[in-house]
Amino acid sequence: MMGGMSGLNEMDELYEAIILDHYRSPRNTAAVENPDIDLEVNNPFCGDEFHIQLKVDDCSISGVSITGRGCAISQASASLLAELVDGKSTEEVQAAVDCVRRLLKGEEISNEEADILGDIEALGGVRKFPVRIKCALLSWVGLDDGLKEHLA
Amino acid sequence: MSESTLSAGTRVFDPDAIRADFPILQRKIHGQELVYLDNAATTQKPKQVIKSLTDYYEQTNANVHRGVHTLSMEATNGYEVARTKVAKFINAPRSEEVIWTRNTSESLNLVAATWAEANISEGDNIVITAMEHHSNIVPWQQLAFKKGAEIRYLSHNDDGVINFVDASSVIDSRTKLVSVTHMSNVLGTINPVAKLAELAHDVGAVILVDAAQSVPHMPVDVQAIDADFLAFSAHKMLGPTGIGVLWGRLDLLEEMPPYMFGGDMILEVTYEGAKWNDLPYKFEAGTPNIADAFATGAAVDYLSDLGMENVWQHEQELTAYAMEQILSLDNVKVLGPQDSSQRGGVISFVHDTIHPHDLGTALDQQGIAIRTGHHCAMPLVRSYDVVAAARASFYIYNTRSEVDALVNGISETEGYFNR
Repeated sequence: MMGGMSGLNEMDELYEAIILDHYRSPRNTAAVENPDIDLEVNNPFCGDEFHIQLKVDDCSISGVSITGRGCAISQASASLLAELVDGKSTEEVQAAVDCVRRLLKGEEISNEEADILGDIEALGGVRKFPVRIKCALLSWVGLDDGLKEHLA
Repeated sequence: MSESTLSAGTRVFDPDAIRADFPILQRKIHGQELVYLDNAATTQKPKQVIKSLTDYYEQTNANVHRGVHTLSMEATNGYEVARTKVAKFINAPRSEEVIWTRNTSESLNLVAATWAEANISEGDNIVITAMEHHSNIVPWQQLAFKKGAEIRYLSHNDDGVINFVDASSVIDSRTKLVSVTHMSNVLGTINPVAKLAELAHDVGAVILVDAAQSVPHMPVDVQAIDADFLAFSAHKMLGPTGIGVLWGRLDLLEEMPPYMFGGDMILEVTYEGAKWNDLPYKFEAGTPNIADAFATGAAVDYLSDLGMENVWQHEQELTAYAMEQILSLDNVKVLGPQDSSQRGGVISFVHDTIHPHDLGTALDQQGIAIRTGHHCAMPLVRSYDVVAAARASFYIYNTRSEVDALVNGISETEGYFNR
């Protein structure tokens, strides 16, 4: 039985098909050898925790792995992030992080930015469920912090 | 023990009549009837308690222990009557042993900052259980860091039952304080506090009982369990937020230094110094939470009319039913005692594939309010190798059909995520 009279269809905006797909089959989870960035992020409030590894060559991401446990939103978001950063320049990654932050805050993003985000725009559904925004942002904030520290 | 007189109700325990007293239960959440199962976090309030607040502000409002005018005398009288009601409710020998605080956390901090500060030294130890709420861990950790004292944990088995063989070796001659939860807010375990009091007293230690989850749900008699201190909050027992209770043995409270300084807690002030007021005022600096004390009295009246034995009976029956229904689900595991007779009305559970927060959001869409997360007991939740858990907790107005709604809601959620 699917949702039916229970009103669960209202959640479709939060749990879009693409989100559930990334939740069930997370991308880029194989460990990176000799990572340049290797960190754990967690949200003690939720108990969500992720292990992020990045290989950075000449200011571009040549290897990425994100694994961990958490709710569907945090896991899907981590998988979307892992998919996005692979092969991107560190500048592009930092711009994308900024863009996702604005998207989740409910701010406008340009068409150009929307193109870069692609499937990631599906995360925008979280805005209607404010307590879940931090689930979506956890891995993004962690990776951004790690990158900043690495580049500093 | 006069338990029967303590807990005998004067009102028939009729869930439909009880529900009619709670205006919030008429609310719709996402178009569905509210099923409120987050009572271990805070309970809803009956109209009698809400009315006591508006009555107070409309008819009585004045400061206490100050004026000679009628309103001040009425406010003072009502404030003290409420204290007497609380004392009787927990069978305290004297009402001046009941100190009003903000909540259970403040009650625990008060003991840490006064009694423990004066009585715990380097090399002493404080014994707590491994299933405490953060509020019964952190104050002791901080005190132990400061004093060079040691925190020791009483272990429990996988079913959440304290290991007593272990207890008698953990509590030793250097133990000064045993501070334990009467009922775990995560596992639902009811701890044998009278037995722990005996172990504590055998070595000359005092015992503090965190009764935040027990006083609202079962008859609690501070003399029968032989406690030295007992702490609880009004908002978990139909009362308002912002007020709690510390009960302490008279001789201990008399020896303790004040917690905060200011008005009301002094007898006499000169430019050179001050003399502390008598109990309980020594611990109640400044204008207290008068209105909420009135409302706490109304909450105690409400529960006393029902009878705590009946409250407990109702929750035991509902918990047994809920355990049976939840355990019948294939993918759900319940933390804590599997035998419902060993637990109170708190059921924490994890689903094999659905994270508690996804479950919590999905149940909310169906009007069902549960708690998700670490339940302010991170070390305990982690010890079960889960990152978070879902928790359903019951009170006097909950019914079997609400348990059915929860179980059905979990199944609906499985359907949604497996589509």
